[in-house]
Amino acid sequence: MATAAITAERETYLNQEYGIKSWLLTVDHKRIALLYLLSITFFFFIGGFFALLIRLELLTPAGDLVQADTYNKLFTMHGQVMVFFFLIPSIPAVLGNFLVPLMIGAKDLAFPRINLLSWYLYIIAGVLMLHCMLTGGVDTGWTFYTPFSTAFSNTKVIEAGLAIFISGFSSILTGLNFVVTIHRMRAPGMTWNRLPLFIWAHYATSIIQLLGTPVIAVTLVLVVLERALHLGIFDPTRGGDPLLFQHLFWFYSHPAVYIMILPSMGVVTEIVPCFSRKRIFGYKFVALSSISIAVFGFLVWAHHMFVAGISLYAALIFSALSYLVAVPSAVKVFNWTATMYRGSITFSTPMLYAFGFIGLFLMGGLTGLFLAALGIDVHVTDTYFVVAHFHYIMVGGAVMGYLGGMHFWWPKISGRMYPESLGRLAAVIVFLGFNLTFFPQFILGYLGMPRRYWQYPPEFQVLNVLSTAGSTILAVGYLLPMVYFLWSMRYGKIAPDNPWGASGLEWMTSSPPPTFNFDHPPVVDWEAYDYEHIPAPQEARSGG
Amino acid sequence: MASVAIFAAIVLFAVRYRRRRGVVAEQIEGSTALEITWSVIPLGIFVVIFLWGAVIYFKERTPPRGATEVYVVAKQWMWKLQHEEGQREINELHVPVGRDVKMILTSQDVIHSFYVPAFRIKQDVLPGRYTTAWFRPTKAGIYHLFCAEYCGSQHSGMIGQVVVLEPAQYEAWLGGGAASGSMASNGENIFQQLGCSTCHRSDTQGRGPNLVGLFGKPVQLEDGRVLTADENYIRESILTPGAKIVSGFKPIMPVFQGLVSEEQLNALVAYVKSLNPIPSGAASAPAVVPSGAKPQETKVQ
Repeated sequence: MATAAITAERETYLNQEYGIKSWLLTVDHKRIALLYLLSITFFFFIGGFFALLIRLELLTPAGDLVQADTYNKLFTMHGQVMVFFFLIPSIPAVLGNFLVPLMIGAKDLAFPRINLLSWYLYIIAGVLMLHCMLTGGVDTGWTFYTPFSTAFSNTKVIEAGLAIFISGFSSILTGLNFVVTIHRMRAPGMTWNRLPLFIWAHYATSIIQLLGTPVIAVTLVLVVLERALHLGIFDPTRGGDPLLFQHLFWFYSHPAVYIMILPSMGVVTEIVPCFSRKRIFGYKFVALSSISIAVFGFLVWAHHMFVAGISLYAALIFSALSYLVAVPSAVKVFNWTATMYRGSITFSTPMLYAFGFIGLFLMGGLTGLFLAALGIDVHVTDTYFVVAHFHYIMVGGAVMGYLGGMHFWWPKISGRMYPESLGRLAAVIVFLGFNLTFFPQFILGYLGMPRRYWQYPPEFQVLNVLSTAGSTILAVGYLLPMVYFLWSMRYGKIAPDNPWGASGLEWMTSSPPPTFNFDHPPVVDWEAYDYEHIPAPQEARSGG
Repeated sequence: MASVAIFAAIVLFAVRYRRRRGVVAEQIEGSTALEITWSVIPLGIFVVIFLWGAVIYFKERTPPRGATEVYVVAKQWMWKLQHEEGQREINELHVPVGRDVKMILTSQDVIHSFYVPAFRIKQDVLPGRYTTAWFRPTKAGIYHLFCAEYCGSQHSGMIGQVVVLEPAQYEAWLGGGAASGSMASNGENIFQQLGCSTCHRSDTQGRGPNLVGLFGKPVQLEDGRVLTADENYIRESILTPGAKIVSGFKPIMPVFQGLVSEEQLNALVAYVKSLNPIPSGAASAPAVVPSGAKPQETKVQ
């Protein structure tokens, strides 16, 4: 605990207790957030490593770097690790865990022990997943489509399914904890209309986690049972229906995209007002849009299935509903833009990530409109167009938001400042590397290259080479923050309590906060984002 | 366009309102009028895009009458195709320019997807049922055929080509192959061999329904439902006859699940369809010339 040595004079959550036991048995939400941070970072680099191998294989049209079966396992496990072990827990379990109690003026989450239990469930699931990967892996695609997964794949489907089943409970418990905490633990005066929008976003996310995750859990149990006992639920020769699986799978897995993106939107909604020195434009509409995304998100799942064999009229209805969910997303973008209007903007690292988020999310959202259009979807679904689209949302959107949030709250979490110029450099590298990696994939998909191809016709090579080149740049962009965050823990400047001049209760306690967050229970008598009353910091100006 | 405007606005605001000494941000609460405007206008645009896409999709999902039919059986990792005239092909499909082609697709194992990027068609191919897709090639050439739904080890090897020929070349190609009778006549043989004809007689005396003229017609079921006799209905009635009992008949037909191959099943379906007096894709095919193909036909002669 390098940090502790220097800040020894003041008691913080980091230096109150030492020793491995004080971490593994902690019930402090901030320490659990750090446990999550370490574990999801580990899985992020595993998933990223798979991604790099995939991109290297696709450098040439022939399947030459790895065997076809290996390739299929690589993209399967890349998807499973990134979705279930990185993206879904990323912002909620790290930043949400750390910030939800701080932002509402509470001492901890409502159920601190359940919070620790959810981390242990995540670790059990993660160990099982690792064991599965190291002893043969799984090749069904992260989507587990039947009857391939239930009757044809000869890889470790059951083990991977159980790992994801267990990680689902970790997610459910986190969501449950947040919902109860936000309802019951708000400080006096912290009314619903004064909640930071980060909290609204997490509230919406938690509802999806609570209502959606049990469905994927049941679905995976069905896959496991069908594979082990041949029940015939998804097997047409026994009167089952393989399409039933797709309905059940996407009933969770579409809303799961909002589990990834809503918290990220919450982060951006904190960053943009802070670095514009302005109140958020249209507070109520931004809050409401989070809730409506969560609600509409449950009504659009079959837009993944327009060519799967659903009826014409089902397709028409799901296409129309998909456009409804696009409206609240657009509303958010308009409000962020309007917040900047007549502001006083600085281009600090978190703001650069927020800009990156808005740009990439806009691209992802716009191509989502194409995909929701039935006529276009038929051509581009199951091609690299879809791959590019969901990476713009889930990596361009969710990961940019995650990194932006990590930079924004790192001073609070660690008590140290990271090097600002390196931070900006990394943000630019990530943005450029990302676009070089994934933009060519839109074109590839439009030209007809199907996804999950180990080898491909030679005319697609140039775009694939560009994409692979981009992915190496992106990798550098992701490694850099890792390095300087670690560096800053020992060598970074000591962070003031409120380095950005930001609003919000979390900035009113010390950096890093004491174990019980506030020395005196706060009483809130101001509106959210009252930037007219908060002076802008001196530091933030200098780097311009 | 709208998104370009947003990009432009963000860049403009970022530059115009960057921090300057002595300039303080102006606090603006929000504006309900603006919020409603920028909800309703995108919604309007979305409705237009939705309708546009829906119209295209509706056409894609509705095969024209009189299209030539090709039966496709997908398996790990191969496309097996059969023309109604009887020609069989593997990983290759020959079709003439200008003729509507309807694909009747099914899978022997996992889910596959029939994807021809150049024709903008893609349709998942499911085990245990038929799905359909159709196209009308307009230009001679060779086009990629991909499997677009991940199906196991050699998914990326499950590719082929659609060869679009000028009508004259197509006739030559048709003549070159050694087809052993049309699908319908093969189906008729199977129909006899399996003993179907003892019950499904072409008069009203059979123990099973008379199949003449059945295809495409409404069928009254024992439980009161009425449905249209399409390919999937015929398929199901052969494999698991107990699922839908025709009104006035007893559930006495044996189950054929597992006893007939996908190819035999296709031939049986083609045979039942050929029993229709109306020429809606009937067998013994050259008789049926789709209206769209007529100009080319004249050119040939």
